[in-house]
Amino acid sequence: MAHTHTGLDTPPRHWWEPAHRSEKVWVGIAFAWCMVLFAMMPIWHWKGGQNPSGIRSRTTPVAFMERVQEFITQYQVGDDRGMPIVAPPPGSDIYLVAFSFQWMPILKLQKDVEYTLHLSSLDVNHGFSLYPLNVNFQVVPGYDYGLRVTPTAAGDFRIICNEFCGIGHHVMVGRVIVDDAPAVAGAGGGR
Amino acid sequence: MTTSAASPPVFRTCPATGRRVHLPAERLIKVHAVSSVVALLVGAIAAVLLVLTRWQAVHLLPADWFYRILGVHGMSMLIFFIIFFEMAVLIFASTVLINSRQPALRTSWLAYVLMLGGALMVEWMMWSGRADVLFTSYVPLRADPLFYLGVILFAVGALITVGIFFASLVIAKREGRHEGSLPLVVYGAMTAAIIAVITLVHGAAIYMPTYLWSLGLMEVDPQVYRMVWWGLGHSSQQINVAAMVAIWYMLGALTVGAVVLNEKISRSAFVLYILFISMASAHHLLVDPGMGPAWKIVNTSYFMYMAVLASMIHGFTVPAGMELGMRLRGFTQGLFDWLRRAPWGDPGFSSLMFSVVVFGFVGGITGVTIGTEQINIIVHNTLRVPGHFHATVVSGTAMAFMGATYYLIPLIFRRKVAFWPLAKVQPYLFAGGMLVFTLSMTFAGSFGVPRRHWDISFSMAPFDVQFSPVVDVLLAVVALGGLTAATGAFAFIAIAVASVFFGERLETIPTGRAVPGIPPGLTHPPRHADDVDERNAALHAVSRLGPAPGTLVLVFVFLAAFVLYFYVNWKVLSFLWRIG
Ligand code: HEM
Ligand SMILES: [Cu+2]
Ligand SMILES: [Cu+2]
Repeated sequence: MAHTHTGLDTPPRHWWEPAHRSEKVWVGIAFAWCMVLFAMMPIWHWKGGQNPSGIRSRTTPVAFMERVQEFITQYQVGDDRGMPIVAPPPGSDIYLVAFSFQWMPILKLQKDVEYTLHLSSLDVNHGFSLYPLNVNFQVVPGYDYGLRVTPTAAGDFRIICNEFCGIGHHVMVGRVIVDDAPAVAGAGGGR
Repeated sequence: MTTSAASPPVFRTCPATGRRVHLPAERLIKVHAVSSVVALLVGAIAAVLLVLTRWQAVHLLPADWFYRILGVHGMSMLIFFIIFFEMAVLIFASTVLINSRQPALRTSWLAYVLMLGGALMVEWMMWSGRADVLFTSYVPLRADPLFYLGVILFAVGALITVGIFFASLVIAKREGRHEGSLPLVVYGAMTAAIIAVITLVHGAAIYMPTYLWSLGLMEVDPQVYRMVWWGLGHSSQQINVAAMVAIWYMLGALTVGAVVLNEKISRSAFVLYILFISMASAHHLLVDPGMGPAWKIVNTSYFMYMAVLASMIHGFTVPAGMELGMRLRGFTQGLFDWLRRAPWGDPGFSSLMFSVVVFGFVGGITGVTIGTEQINIIVHNTLRVPGHFHATVVSGTAMAFMGATYYLIPLIFRRKVAFWPLAKVQPYLFAGGMLVFTLSMTFAGSFGVPRRHWDISFSMAPFDVQFSPVVDVLLAVVALGGLTAATGAFAFIAIAVASVFFGERLETIPTGRAVPGIPPGLTHPPRHADDVDERNAALHAVSRLGPAPGTLVLVFVFLAAFVLYFYVNWKVLSFLWRIG
């Protein structure tokens, strides 16, 4: 029987043989590229500005909702058709809660200022998708996802729900307003 | 062994390949393959409805039916179509390919009945609106308990068939049907089977509690659900990859006489799949609150991308094996003469090529990129995700399965392939449509267009959302590509059904002349000359680029595309708000 064979044939008795150089070179390069792919993630944690790490903790729908209510009472500045608009101070912890089929409240933020945005859900999974920037996070009931965010552009943004959450999924839209920071508060940051 | 005149023979000899075919195994292969095609039909009808709804200008279905049909499509395609076919492949590989028999026939049929019953139960629940939870059924979205029970029955059936697969390998050895190492294709199928065990164990670990939860008997944490569910959901994609790669090696051998470049390297790559696959659930959870960065990085990369390495190895060895197979048969001119002179009119071959190319260039590159921890921020739950996996499991796995079917029809069903001229263009329709579909979907997704969404004009939402007009154009192109691909799928179904039930019977396979309805790989088997070893040695010695220089060039083009796409995504990410 010939030594050269196809994948359908029983291989010759001794098939543990050295590969041709070209094959080894490709395996070597592919391996090196895999290491680059891998290294990029820790590197971006270290040098990059966008990471999904956050401050993660457990919560309950009741506890989270209480926090949200408190937050709204403290910093509400108006409303849009009944949905409170909340303008928290720079550097503070801010809260956004998802439930079928709303995002509450409307957040009014300042540009170039860091906030810690807490996300959670009262019922099922929802998807936080910041339009038109295309920033996406999963919102899971029972978990508080605290993300440090710094808006880098002013504008009137939307939050689309992009995790299927039931029959009203496609009407679930929230709002985030980002104002240019007042000149005096230019220092920003504030942590 | 005694056979009385009354009892029919249990084996026949395949006229084309000389292999012994166990007739009861053959019957099992047939029912699994037919069930698979029926599921494909249901899924493809659903696909048309979905495409015509997401095409915002047509917007066919009402909201409730859109989500319902989306669930039907996901289940019918990803679970029933794919897994029924895989069971057929496993039975085929563990019997026909190694001249052996299917043991435990009663249990085999019981397993099939469980799978069928489970599938029907799930379909019934979904169509009757009692399981509007999509195929992921994320807790605490709630479906009727029978839905979860149906999934469990299906999985148990599959697990039994996988178990019998291992038993047949042992029996083949013990009964002396097979000696030495397994052929590479069977080895690949075995890889798929091993991963299937891991997968189905995850499946049990999540669906049993969820079933009890749906009955009000226990609690299931939503984040834990997502983690374990994806242990099932993603590992099953790895079954698909392993099965697909095995079929690549098989179709390469059948259509162009592809040889195995190096057993050691190909087999090691399969082992990498087994070792690192169960970590795969992580890339669905990269922007979830439940896990930290270290866990995400280690797991999403399958421990430093070792499974990606495996795919990059097969991505070289499969086409290189084909190139060398062609060169050994005399097509030695230049870098790409072997490719030009390949049997492009053989649907088995064209399916294979499209499967390799679209899986690699579109599915592979997008998949690794969007599964990167940080890049996932600009991808999660957008249309980029279905854009990616229709390039892997559809253009890759489903296309490979279709290509294999063109050979299974004459070899196992012993019929001519019906509508032969249609069969020749079917892979072009399906792969071409899917290519347009996946690329345009990916682009639409990069504008932030959500997946699983009925109305991106947000006509009933409290705040207006206005996507760029480009998105409307892209979604129309998605529809165009999708409808073309669906036409390809219907063509395939028509061909398969017509061949299997009404096709012209084939007692023998004539060789030496082209016969419409018989793939050229069978009428003109790509046999190698007697001096193949000398030719092989000569081709290995001739250049530093090795025995497959054309493929070497192609894989470097692939690598360049990969590097470019990967870093463009990092660049786009860097423009966003600061988040951490
Ligand atoms: C025949 C051509 C096909 C077309 C035109 C098609 C089209 C689509 C469309 C439009 C969606 C909905 C995307 C969204 O709105 O999120 C979708 C989802 C999906 N498709 Fe396909 N598809 C096809 C074949 C397949 C095949 C063969 C498979 C599996 C092997 C498959 C697996 C899926 C899955 C798993 C989903 C996700 C369902 C979900 O999000 O719950 N598709 N497909
Ligand atoms: Cu939602
Ligand atoms: Cu939603």
